[in-house]
Amino acid sequence: MQNTSWIPLFPEQASTFAWQVDALYFYLIFVSVAFSIPIIAAIFFFSMKYRAKEKYATPDEIHGSMVLETVWSIIPFVISMTIFLGGAIIYFQQYTPPDDAMEIYVVGKQWMWKVQHETGQREINELHVPVGRKIKLTMTTEDVLHDFSIPAFRTKADVVPGRYTYMWFEATKPGKYHLYCAEYCGLNHSGMGGWVYVMEQRDFDNWLSGNVSGQTPVEAGKDLFQNKLGCASCHAGGAGQRGAKLEGIFNTDVKLVGGQTVKADDQYLRNSILNPASQVVEGYQPIMPTFKGQVTEEQLNSLVAYIKSLSPGAAAPAAGAPTTAPAMSANTNSAAANKTAPTKPAANSNK
Amino acid sequence: MQTQDAMNAEMAAKPAMNYLNNGSSLKSWLLTKDHKRIALMYLISVSVFFFMGGLYAAAIRLELLTPSSDLLESGTYNKVFTQHGILMIFFFLIPSIPAILGNFLLPLMIGAKDLALPRINLLSLYIYWVGGAFTLFGLMQGGVDTGWTFYTPYSTTFSNSYVMAVGLGIFINGFSSILTGLNFIVTIHTMRAPGMTWFRLPLFVWAHYATSLVMILGTPVVAITILMLALERVGRVGIFDPSIGGDPILFQHLFWFYSHPAVYIMILPGMGVISELISNFSRKKIFGYEFIAFSSIAIAVFGFLVWGHHMFVSGQSVYAGLVFSFLTMVVAVPSAIKMFNWTATLFKGSITFDTPMLYALGFMGLFLIGGLTGLFLGSVGLTVHLTDTYFVVAHFHYVMVGGQVIAYLGGIHYWWPKMTGRMYSEFWGKISAMLVFVGFNLTFFPQFILGYQGMPRRYASYPEELQVLNIFSTAGASVLGVGLIMPVLYLGHSLLFGKKAGDNPWMLPGLEWRTSSPPPTENFETMPVVTWEAYEFGEESGLDLEEARRRETAAALA
Repeated sequence: MQNTSWIPLFPEQASTFAWQVDALYFYLIFVSVAFSIPIIAAIFFFSMKYRAKEKYATPDEIHGSMVLETVWSIIPFVISMTIFLGGAIIYFQQYTPPDDAMEIYVVGKQWMWKVQHETGQREINELHVPVGRKIKLTMTTEDVLHDFSIPAFRTKADVVPGRYTYMWFEATKPGKYHLYCAEYCGLNHSGMGGWVYVMEQRDFDNWLSGNVSGQTPVEAGKDLFQNKLGCASCHAGGAGQRGAKLEGIFNTDVKLVGGQTVKADDQYLRNSILNPASQVVEGYQPIMPTFKGQVTEEQLNSLVAYIKSLSPGAAAPAAGAPTTAPAMSANTNSAAANKTAPTKPAANSNK
Repeated sequence: MQTQDAMNAEMAAKPAMNYLNNGSSLKSWLLTKDHKRIALMYLISVSVFFFMGGLYAAAIRLELLTPSSDLLESGTYNKVFTQHGILMIFFFLIPSIPAILGNFLLPLMIGAKDLALPRINLLSLYIYWVGGAFTLFGLMQGGVDTGWTFYTPYSTTFSNSYVMAVGLGIFINGFSSILTGLNFIVTIHTMRAPGMTWFRLPLFVWAHYATSLVMILGTPVVAITILMLALERVGRVGIFDPSIGGDPILFQHLFWFYSHPAVYIMILPGMGVISELISNFSRKKIFGYEFIAFSSIAIAVFGFLVWGHHMFVSGQSVYAGLVFSFLTMVVAVPSAIKMFNWTATLFKGSITFDTPMLYALGFMGLFLIGGLTGLFLGSVGLTVHLTDTYFVVAHFHYVMVGGQVIAYLGGIHYWWPKMTGRMYSEFWGKISAMLVFVGFNLTFFPQFILGYQGMPRRYASYPEELQVLNIFSTAGASVLGVGLIMPVLYLGHSLLFGKKAGDNPWMLPGLEWRTSSPPPTENFETMPVVTWEAYEFGEESGLDLEEARRRETAAALA
């Protein structure tokens, strides 16, 4: 926000939501003014005209008017419904991430934002995104509530421990914009912020290639799955495996022990790692130990990303072999994906 | 009902016994069952908390004069805004009008000797003191830094501050409010004087009836919530913290299920005061009595269905968000109805601009802005941008300070002659009312703009480009501070040197004006019988206006 005016009135408009939210804002200002002027004028006019001319006067009684009451109940109601509808339409968009969005993982922590790109880049208190691309943020936190807020994009969402929350946007203007934590989170709450950099696609590609990156989430997840945590000993191996089959499971309806079905989305996968006994897939025994406390939020993100990559048809239509592709969930043929996918140093450089 | 002559005769025979000079020992105050004495003790205690909360507010505004956190470290700042919120909401806003003005006036207005349950009334004051003592103990030990909302898991697992002492204080204090609400409902049902039918009740009483319903139904929920918070914080029982199996959003649902209706506990009595002021200082029957009365009830009922509008970005379902947004729009309508009816009451009235009326007119302007910006925040797509910013801070201060505090001050000035028997300086009263109005707007209007800019609330430091507006806000706060301190001085002065108010200084028809000032302990010499409608200023009210005018002229000549 490079505001140069003495008193900045509006933040920059830098996402596709911005003009919609601003339009609704102006409509509400218009309604407020149109509503206030008659009332304030009436108060002033009556105060002048009917100020007491003699002490203890007894003006004529007026009890009220059914017609007036009806009119001034219905008109505000109708206007408030237009305001409701306008807000509802925008809200629905704000919290319905499109399927073809590029996914970025965000983990909040007292008092910093940790960002993980699908290509393996990591950032702290900064978020680099290309202009004109739909970006979906999948977010959680290691400790308390936070809120990822970008005023120039006119959107924000709380970040909640123990679950994923989502937000999305499409930036429309290259620039540098404020990033705030908007949900109170303790001592250094007002320091938990940084900048969002919106870049032209070409600059973004350069930024990606210029940045030393670690493993992609899918690669890191595969490593955890096969080596570090030993998930593969039950969840891979074919027909006789003891754990539920994960290939192709993402975004499908899964039958559970007890007859319910549940959609195997990010949230379900996450819960099943942390709290395996709660929703066991039909046909399997509740033998899996919990991994609560043994995996960090970022490792969880990686595991979920890897399991998603085992279901190439679902949400991540990644080209090539699903277990090795960088799994840019959309636009996999973009220059960025091709250029930065291969060989990474094993150690994650910036944690 | 007494005639004016009889009352004059009584005045001549002063010093009469009244509730103030009926015993002066400490015991006669601490063990009193007189609702008027209890109200005065509430007035003093609530004012102490208001003053402390005001000091915290001053510290906040001074810190925000500059972008960096220089005057206060962020840890201290977090405690300061938390404690400002807790003291102002739980110990000032919620008890102020009901426990002071409601306590004092409800029996007088309906022609009763006291509240129905006088001992319970005294008990509620003691509970308030005990709750306040625990809270103050927590503050002196080192304070609390969770925000007044106590959001989990920060409050249960992460905060190292004195959450338990302060939480216990609020828990205990809640019972004071439940008992007051219960007492009011029983009193209104059972203690009305002969002839005082439901639709002859002053709207102040209707507003308190609606408030009492919310107090009884809502407050237990916050008590339970604080109890669960304590179980998790002390006993590590997983209720809200996901690391031990809880759900942090559950806390928000429970908390706002009380704390949104609590907003109506704060504003409804204020609306009741304004109905009194507008009608009485226009000397005209209030326009649309039934609509104002039932809009209070409607607000109390719908107020329980909109808690989720505090949680639009919390991760609750999108569809829940839409339903709560719709209901929020619906609850705006009864407030609009009140606004229109008050304005229409002025039409063809005989308006005088005494200090209380200035407050009432100020309320209408400020509540208009507070209410309309509520629509901004109820419109869910816009609120995603505005929530957790200074826009919200500005909005609820317009409703809570611009609405409730202004109404409270108007009410204190209006009934001061009745409570103390003395008249304050009208000149200083008006000056102070205007300073409060100007200072308030200068403090909080810039915060709407800051909020649209995206400045998050609860920030000890902020980007430099937002400084100018913050300077305006701090400057306004100092004017507001002066405006709020002045009444302490001239009202205090009036206690000793103010001229005698007389029983009915404005010749108004309400029952509270038909007994002596200050009233006797039993409120009325003889049981009043009501034969007139509410806000009846003409012949039927039985007031001898001719005599009053004659006295007025005689006084002017002399």
